[in-house]
Amino acid sequence: MGLVLSILTDALAYGMVLFIISIGLSIMMGLMRVVNLAHGAFAMIGGYLASYAMRNLGVDYGVAILIAVLGAIAASVPFELLLYRRIYRNADPLIQVLMTIGITFFIIGIVNFVFGPTVKSIPLPAALNGPADLGFRMIPTHRLFVIACGVVTALGLWWLVEKTEFGIRLRAAVDNSGMADALGIRTEIVYGATFALAIGLGAFGGVVGAEILPIEPFYALRYMVTFLVVVSVGGAGSILGALSASMLLGLADTTGKYLAPEFGEFFFYLAVIVTVVLFPHGLLGKAHA
Amino acid sequence: MTELVLPHHAAGRRIPLIGEAAIALAFAAAGALGYFLFPDDLAFLTRLIGIAFLVLSLDLVTGYCGIATLGHAALFGGAAYAVGAACIRGISDPFALLAIGLCSGAVLGLVSGALISRFRGLPQLVLSIAIGQLVAGLANKLQWLTGGSDGLSGLEPGKVFGVFGFDMYSRTAFLLSFTVLAITFLLLRRVVNSPFGLMCRGIKDDSLRARMMGASIYPRFVIMYGIAGAVAGLGGALTAMSTGVVGLDSVSFERSAEVLVMLVLGGAGHLWGALIGSVIFMLFEHIVAAANPFHWMTLVGLLLILIVVFAPRGLIGPLTALCARLFSREKKT
Repeated sequence: MGLVLSILTDALAYGMVLFIISIGLSIMMGLMRVVNLAHGAFAMIGGYLASYAMRNLGVDYGVAILIAVLGAIAASVPFELLLYRRIYRNADPLIQVLMTIGITFFIIGIVNFVFGPTVKSIPLPAALNGPADLGFRMIPTHRLFVIACGVVTALGLWWLVEKTEFGIRLRAAVDNSGMADALGIRTEIVYGATFALAIGLGAFGGVVGAEILPIEPFYALRYMVTFLVVVSVGGAGSILGALSASMLLGLADTTGKYLAPEFGEFFFYLAVIVTVVLFPHGLLGKAHA
Repeated sequence: MTELVLPHHAAGRRIPLIGEAAIALAFAAAGALGYFLFPDDLAFLTRLIGIAFLVLSLDLVTGYCGIATLGHAALFGGAAYAVGAACIRGISDPFALLAIGLCSGAVLGLVSGALISRFRGLPQLVLSIAIGQLVAGLANKLQWLTGGSDGLSGLEPGKVFGVFGFDMYSRTAFLLSFTVLAITFLLLRRVVNSPFGLMCRGIKDDSLRARMMGASIYPRFVIMYGIAGAVAGLGGALTAMSTGVVGLDSVSFERSAEVLVMLVLGGAGHLWGALIGSVIFMLFEHIVAAANPFHWMTLVGLLLILIVVFAPRGLIGPLTALCARLFSREKKT
């Protein structure tokens, strides 16, 4: 019983981290049809910035998260203006893969040159450090915090996409970009805002998930595959899809690590292959023309 | 790279096999150059040739069929492990080992091709990555066969033709690899210019039109994947034999990404482009990466971005354009 509960909390927290980081990538893929392999690199920028802000500038955890998110968005602007614009929607996948891998390598090199190639810890504030008593069980407070962040992110995104003016424009651009353009929706602005949102979410997830996915020099390469797999399994552009895929993969991975540590990764990728072959557009994704 | 259109001239009446002979001569000259100018770096040159096989193999799949893959090292590494395991179990004849590499590469290629080429876009990419990681995971876990994270070491292949042993200066390994590379290159040139190869290129450029013409896409891509696997398998076998070790790096994700960079650097969809790209990349890596690996990554990333933006045909693009211009001017005068 205890084992099952600890597997479940760990899986839930891990899945939420995956969700917060991958949902930005998923929205980008749904709207701009860009296979952005550099998404993890922006999450890494966020992590490095937060670590630097907390340990060298001595700011609060909350302020550090803000610095990380805004800093990552600011760092991503030149990439959006100069590079990503070229590959929105109409380029073939090979070009997208090559360009975003190039961006990943570039960012890894630059970030490690600026901040030094070591593992970056992001110290937790006292309120999140230590166990929380749930009455029947003690679990680490940080896990609870991550799960709460994930739930808030999911609800916030749902509200943004379904209930706001921006969401209407966004959905119009996803369904038919040319027609949305013709109806007077400034799709470049929608694209730009979505890009910033995606990067910001990535950086946010990178910082709050640093306990589970440690920020290290090759972070962007190590987890590139994982984030891409979440999007592919969940279906590009679907919030619910990304959430369920994150939970599923988090559960599969955590269970594998607890019960069969020597074969965990093997079954993880086997599950991915089976899912992708059976559902090429993801569990909840729609086929794009 | 949809705008990439390669002119294809039907061969006129010429002396038969003259092109092949010229290429063989060029290869012999380059080989002699490498052998006599850099006698101390033959081990590195042999490693370069092994990678060149992998880049050629990737070119067949990515350059000629338009399949974006990030798991191509699985074919190379899988064959290398097969050769290593066979060598440790007592098969020592180099040509038998080469055949083992070729066959295991081809089988791996057919299997992964059968899965990967069913899809396009994101599912294809994710499948290729997942297959690559699956092979890497197996190589790490099947300790009795692959040695786990230590890899296989101490491979001692026998003498080539029973005469030339593998020495510490890699002379034999270099000459053997180079000869195999030249033969493979000539054969591949035949393959890509055959009706089969041209049809693959046609499907890549416009798959809808190819389907309208009655071409079935899937079986062609699977066969091409099988050929690519055989080529990658040769590279894996030669690398395993010349270095005497097979490690996890030969199946790693980084290896797959690197060879993609090499291919694009030289020019996808062109066999010479694959060779040029691998030579330039490996030479630079040999020099720069030794100094600081992170500067190297920055450089590679920057280079990749610049190439995609400014020269999507790779370095071979301007070269072939130049050749074409010279050729047409000759014709006019």
